[in-house]
Amino acid sequence: MANFMYLFRDTAGNRGQPSPEEMQGLTKAWMIWMDSLKQGGHLVKTGERLDVRGTVVRGKAKAVTDGPFAEAKDIVLGYLILQANDLAQAVDLAKGCPNLEIGGAVEVRPIVSSG
Amino acid sequence: MVDHLFRREAGKMVAYLTRLFGLGRLNLAEDVVQDTLYQALETWSMQGLPDNPSAWLMRVARNRAIDLIRRDDHFRDLTPELTHLQLADGAASEPAIEREILDDQLRMMFACCHPGLSTEVQITLILKTLCGFSVTEIANALLASEDSIEKRLGRARKFLREAGTFAELTNPSDLAGRVEAVYQAIYLLFNEGYHGSQSERTVREDLCYEALRLALLLSEHPQGARPRTFALVALFCFDAARLRGRVDGAGFLVPLEQQDRSTWDQELIGQGFRYLTRSASDSDVSAYHLEAGIAALHSSAPTYERTDWARIVDLYDRLYDLKRTPIVALNRAIAVGQAQGATAGLRELAAIPALPTLQQYPFYPAAEGEFHRLAGHSAEARACFEQALRLARNPSEARYLERKLEALQI
Repeated sequence: MANFMYLFRDTAGNRGQPSPEEMQGLTKAWMIWMDSLKQGGHLVKTGERLDVRGTVVRGKAKAVTDGPFAEAKDIVLGYLILQANDLAQAVDLAKGCPNLEIGGAVEVRPIVSSG
Repeated sequence: MVDHLFRREAGKMVAYLTRLFGLGRLNLAEDVVQDTLYQALETWSMQGLPDNPSAWLMRVARNRAIDLIRRDDHFRDLTPELTHLQLADGAASEPAIEREILDDQLRMMFACCHPGLSTEVQITLILKTLCGFSVTEIANALLASEDSIEKRLGRARKFLREAGTFAELTNPSDLAGRVEAVYQAIYLLFNEGYHGSQSERTVREDLCYEALRLALLLSEHPQGARPRTFALVALFCFDAARLRGRVDGAGFLVPLEQQDRSTWDQELIGQGFRYLTRSASDSDVSAYHLEAGIAALHSSAPTYERTDWARIVDLYDRLYDLKRTPIVALNRAIAVGQAQGATAGLRELAAIPALPTLQQYPFYPAAEGEFHRLAGHSAEARACFEQALRLARNPSEARYLERKLEALQI
């Protein structure tokens, strides 16, 4: 077993104005997917969403760029940590993520173990 | 998660916030609610449902409203509302808040049905504000373009901005006229869903359930709990109970005489009878009472043939006195034919004043064709069904009439 991080990426601004019914559908789909990860014993840490506001500090010059990053392409909107046998299984599990259904992406990254 | 939770709560929150912000700031209330639901999506999707989702949403909406008023100078005039918002959090008991929100929804219903707005605009506004439908969903449900829905909403918002204030729930003279307008709007909302064509089927059934929900909401409020409201609820229950039997597996309309009555929702029919009883608590007999009575007789009939057609004719006679529309006349004539035979039916159909609306209505020649068939006049029956088929307004109606024609050949 190894640990992996899922990074949920999307263009924040591409969601448009979903209707309440659509938002409920998406929430439900996420709950079902999260539940399946939990049932399978894969969930290490319940995920969290990241606000599109924020700040980036870059380089030696310590240049500061302030959000909101709502216009930015392909930013990380959330993450979770799971365990799987190998990368192949982690990728397979990621295919159930509702984020994919609305045009987003899931980046699957093995967490480098300290041992 | 309860079905349509987001939509329902959106309606409540918009009504609540609009009361605080004022009718002129309907947009603002809608934006706050949209952001609140989005926050629910983001939080609940990973962390699961909170213990009390409604309370969670209302709290987030309140906090967003408080932030907005504090942050933005444009909303300085809303400072008194801040106190209300802050006190509402935690201080008031759950039932008191529920009651307050019911008041808000009722006020919103009356505002949406302002006599200065056309019924078309009223229904659109109800779906947007009280039912939590998006523009796209309304467009699909009402078979209109998104553009025209946007225009209607724009007109409504402008009108409400200028009209300014909500009707006072405590002022009886304000209310009496408005309640009738509310009945009319939700009655039309129901019909819009009931007479849907195949492709939009699921969305349109939704309209019926929304109309039923709004009628129930009205019936739960002291100002709305009157016999006429109960009659409307009863009517919707009886009709909604039979929705499943009205359409076949392929989405085509099934005529009443061929419906599988075991698909009818007996629980809803029972609820219909309870409301029908409550509707008879005074001498008021409205068109809604009579229509509910007719629907009750259909709902409780074991078969089409063993329906109490004589009583249905009697109710249609009284309904026609109140509501002299060609459709009522047509349905009355059909009932007469069932009660007294095909010849009587044909006579009644011929006696209906010829109106252009009826001449475009496929079920008029279809009814004529049916009675000709029963009377053994096959050539006339064919001509009538062919005429009806030419008038069919959607594939479901066309298929229904084609079947009638096919049946003649056997």
